[in-house]
Amino acid sequence: MSTPGETPPIRYYLLRIVFAGIVILSCTWVLLPIIISILYAFSSPQDFYSPKEIIPLHYTLSNIQKLLALGAARATMNSIIVAVMTVIFSFALGLPAGYAFARFAFKGKDSLKLLIIGLRMFPMLVIAIPLVTLYIKLGLNDTLLGVALAHTTMALPFVILITSSIFVSVPIELEEAGYVFGLDRKQTFLRITLPLALPGLTAAAIFTFIMSWNEVFMAAVLTLTNRTLPAFILTSAMAAPDIIKFAASFIMILPALIFVFIARRYLVSMWGITVR
Amino acid sequence: MTSNKQGYSLVERYLPYLLIAPALGYLLFFIGYPLTQGVLLAFTDQNGHFTLQHVYYLLYSPSSNFWPALEDTLALAAVIIPIQIMLALGFSLMLSANFKGKDMALYILIIPLTISDVAGGLIWYSLLTANGFFNKLFMALGIINQPIQFFGYQFRPMEFIAIVLAEVWRATALVFVIIFAGLQMISREYIEAAEVFGAGTWTKLRHIIFPMLKPSVQTALLIRTLFAFQVFGVVMVLAGRDIPVLAGEAYYEQTILYHYGVAALYALIIAAISVVIGYIYIKMFKAQYLKEVAM
Repeated sequence: MSTPGETPPIRYYLLRIVFAGIVILSCTWVLLPIIISILYAFSSPQDFYSPKEIIPLHYTLSNIQKLLALGAARATMNSIIVAVMTVIFSFALGLPAGYAFARFAFKGKDSLKLLIIGLRMFPMLVIAIPLVTLYIKLGLNDTLLGVALAHTTMALPFVILITSSIFVSVPIELEEAGYVFGLDRKQTFLRITLPLALPGLTAAAIFTFIMSWNEVFMAAVLTLTNRTLPAFILTSAMAAPDIIKFAASFIMILPALIFVFIARRYLVSMWGITVR
Repeated sequence: MTSNKQGYSLVERYLPYLLIAPALGYLLFFIGYPLTQGVLLAFTDQNGHFTLQHVYYLLYSPSSNFWPALEDTLALAAVIIPIQIMLALGFSLMLSANFKGKDMALYILIIPLTISDVAGGLIWYSLLTANGFFNKLFMALGIINQPIQFFGYQFRPMEFIAIVLAEVWRATALVFVIIFAGLQMISREYIEAAEVFGAGTWTKLRHIIFPMLKPSVQTALLIRTLFAFQVFGVVMVLAGRDIPVLAGEAYYEQTILYHYGVAALYALIIAAISVVIGYIYIKMFKAQYLKEVAM
């Protein structure tokens, strides 16, 4: 770095230009495929099949409409239902556990936490195959509830660890103030901890939603007619013309892009927790 | 008053277990039951008698794709993971510098974290197919005269490349987040101390940053290896069974051939491989976790 008053050498400017080039190249590497696939999803068939139109000039909603008519509308609805159920189940079960890990000292805590971390790395897709036998007995095979229960198994260790770290980040002094003013643990949790943790918990809920929305293996194994969107794409949409497939990929990535936009502040730390 | 206080502390003592029990019970049931059931499916026949027929089918039957699947799963991992680590290291170092638009660049680089394997596969399909972006672009530029074919059984090596591109594009973000977090934790003081002693960029990288990044790189390596054995959606979308992988074969045996025993065996094999890798991981980083628990 050059000190003020001194003229920076030309090498400094060259380095800056090279660096800017690398940054732009990296961002292009990520963004270009997304932009192209979205443009192609709305491309008119003529433009897509013409070798001259690198970027389509005529746009249409017909690809999306055709895809939805093929069964993607129902599959999208199914995916939303499964993902919402997964969020509700995994938070109902995981939030209390996350709170316990964040706010209590108890015997066996380290081992239990290590167990959850271990389970998080377990390849959950393998449970789907044997689950079919159980689900047939229970009448859960090919049901959205069945998929949501399997997705809850996948999401639960993440939800416990994420909510735990969110609760840890709520200043304990504020809770202590609550106790001092005569609130019991439940009141303190509801009036102090929960409101402060809410933004983080919301981000965690969206994260869980996306996790279920994106999951394909279990959904494809556990359903036959009640397909979620990725399972529908894998089993039905792959036989459709190319531009219909691009429309499918657009619907798949839409919630993810919205999520990045809303929760970008939490994204790095949340993934940091889930992969550590 | 005294009894009241004791009652309170009794509840306090058991409360954490009560809070954790439902989640733990759920996990143990939904993992334990399928695993038990999986062993039964894999090692018994329709009459419930012990059999190794599924094992023989998996290993030796000409219609089983186990060995090619294992080979291609490992080959994909061997090609994809090193590229991802290098790229993620590069991204991390790039973002450790201060520049205008740094936050923006960070958000852009993590976008693929939220994109599914199926969508990632489809996105790259739109770029690489005969009428796709790159073929049209290179033809317009006169670099090629006819489209380069990426898809179809006769183009298996190209399908392999397509999968590598899609996975590097989609899942490098995950490796990047781990390594970037590790880089953030390196204290500025070490680097400043090195600068005081006149260390150049390369010396700093070689003797301070790389050694201190080692745990993060190891973590990223192991997690990526774990995921590599579950690769499914992107392969199914781009290559179908042309490039067989373990999870894909499990899916095929289960839903197309109805070989539940064989499919269960695949599931057990993927689980066993992952448990071994996970065990190594926990062994290596246990101390680090316990520090985080205390945090």
